[in-house]
Amino acid sequence: MSRYRYSIILLRQLVITDFKLRYKGSVLGYVWSLLKPLALFAVLYVVFIHFLKFGADAPHAAVLLLVGVVLWNYFTEVTSNGLSAIVSKGDLMRKLSFPRYVIVVAGSFSALINLAINLVVVGFFLMLNGVVLSWSVLWIIPLIVELFILGLAIAFLLSALYVKFRDVTYIWELFLQAGFYATPILYPISLVMKASPTAAQVMILNPVAQIIQDVRASIVPTGTPTITTIFSNPYMHMVPIAIVGFLGIISVVYFKNKSAGFAEDI
Amino acid sequence: MNDEVAVSVKDVYKNFRLPHEKVDSVKGIFAHPFKKRSKAETQHALKDISFEVKKGEFFGIVGRNGSGKSTLLKIIAGIYQPTKGNVHVNGRLVPFIELGVGFNPELTGRENVFLNGALMGFSNKEIKAKYDAIVDFAELERFMDQKLKNYSSGMQVRLAFSVATILAESDVLLIDEVLAVGDADFQRKCFNYFKKLKKEKKTVIFVSHDMGAVREYCDRVVLIDEGQVQSSGDTQKVARAYTQLFLNQEERTAAAHQGKRWGDTKIQTKSVKLSVTDKLITFEQTIKANETVEDPIIGIRIRSVSGLEVMGTNSRIEGVQSGIWNKGVSRVVTWSFPNILSDGEYFFDPSIIDASSHVYDWWDEASMFRIKKERSLPYPADPGFLIKIAK
Repeated sequence: MSRYRYSIILLRQLVITDFKLRYKGSVLGYVWSLLKPLALFAVLYVVFIHFLKFGADAPHAAVLLLVGVVLWNYFTEVTSNGLSAIVSKGDLMRKLSFPRYVIVVAGSFSALINLAINLVVVGFFLMLNGVVLSWSVLWIIPLIVELFILGLAIAFLLSALYVKFRDVTYIWELFLQAGFYATPILYPISLVMKASPTAAQVMILNPVAQIIQDVRASIVPTGTPTITTIFSNPYMHMVPIAIVGFLGIISVVYFKNKSAGFAEDI
Repeated sequence: MNDEVAVSVKDVYKNFRLPHEKVDSVKGIFAHPFKKRSKAETQHALKDISFEVKKGEFFGIVGRNGSGKSTLLKIIAGIYQPTKGNVHVNGRLVPFIELGVGFNPELTGRENVFLNGALMGFSNKEIKAKYDAIVDFAELERFMDQKLKNYSSGMQVRLAFSVATILAESDVLLIDEVLAVGDADFQRKCFNYFKKLKKEKKTVIFVSHDMGAVREYCDRVVLIDEGQVQSSGDTQKVARAYTQLFLNQEERTAAAHQGKRWGDTKIQTKSVKLSVTDKLITFEQTIKANETVEDPIIGIRIRSVSGLEVMGTNSRIEGVQSGIWNKGVSRVVTWSFPNILSDGEYFFDPSIIDASSHVYDWWDEASMFRIKKERSLPYPADPGFLIKIAK
């Protein structure tokens, strides 16, 4: 019991500290949390919608584009923060004994706060765009939970691996770059479906792709392909969820195994 | 388990693998898949350590540098895992291995108090209740809303120490000697704090190689050397065993070139002889001139093992002309003085220089000796005091 009490106290303080430190020394401070997604939206809108006419036929393409980018950015932030979480706190590891997982979890929560702020901006554009939301939008909550678990699982795995192998940072960077283009973020998955339905099927099994498409569909249900429509089978959801579960178990076991030795190995 | 036991360390072993070349890249594995990955050497840092600390005890862990006491400390604190054996702590343990762990220069003093407190496992509510006491003790009322980076290093230490001491009302305190660094004022504060802990019958594990402090505060002591328990129990007994370690060391290395020595060797100290009684210390040095030297200045210095220069003089200060030393001549120089040194271990550093401070032969740690008196003072000199209280 007291062990969890310690974890919660520490988690809370680490998340607060991280939030306080994020924009320390900048003039605009927290305004940046809002300005960043706003600027991103402006760029995306001008480039993809105005000039390239991406998804000109689809409704609310611009906002859905922003949704994809915001979710992907969260995934990037969580995993990159997680990767260096343990090593960058090496000093702390060598001097104090505390539940190591708290540091990784704190990093995930910090990114989640950021995602929440971003989603507020997204919501603002939804209203500007005249999107009429239905109750299906509540699906966002379990989907974000799924994304949170996925991000946390990868963060656990990478943070423990990074203690031993410093290459992991470069490998993960490449992986994220490739992943960005292998996921239907900038382009609509309907384009892939036209070229090769099999490729689209493989693509949507990636949990991040599944989550992004499902979130988009929960906002604009008509005309947004999801794993259900691509396979014409709602049970295919089990595959990405199983991937997340499997990754979660592997990561937690690996992290637990290695965490006792972090102080010595860093 | 006995309820009176606060910390029990049982059959603890700790091995470290020391890879000759650390494999920390994936390429390292792929490039030579069949090569044995790392030729690791195993260092046995701790071997079969067992002892128990009772509730309310001020328990000392002493040992020389590299003896394994810091490793043991980290195992008790739960930072390292023992390779074999186990450590059981009855209650909550707060380690003071370093002050101000996790302090962030970008945060204010106030924010750092809460962060540092949380790292030690104290909730916001608990810290809030003691916040004023912390600020009071650190004497930093006016600075708490300033960023830590604008604090002087002294202020930072004061804040860290104050957080640690006011908050840590835990069952067991683990104090590393690093706590007792800093200026004299701060050291006094530390020692006052130790006294308070002792008076309040707190369980304290104190790691140090300062025998003065250990003698003064510890009820029982364990001596770690080369990863093993060399002696444990009564403070006086262990303290003697600890001093014995240095004597053994001296015998071992007496033949070898000991300490640092430099100079142009035109004239050299060939051998030294020392006799120590309760009343008198006599130091004989045989000096030989390799070349003819006129009026060299012959000096001695006494240092404690902790590096404190206790006393010293030379022939010029004493108003003695050493005369002309023709090539090949060899003479014995005898120094003697009352033994006013306090308990402890000391070095003799003989030197021979010329009038312009050019060094002929400077020999640090030429000889080592131990003073063991009936009483011990926490100061370098014990001249035998007289006290008279007027009626």
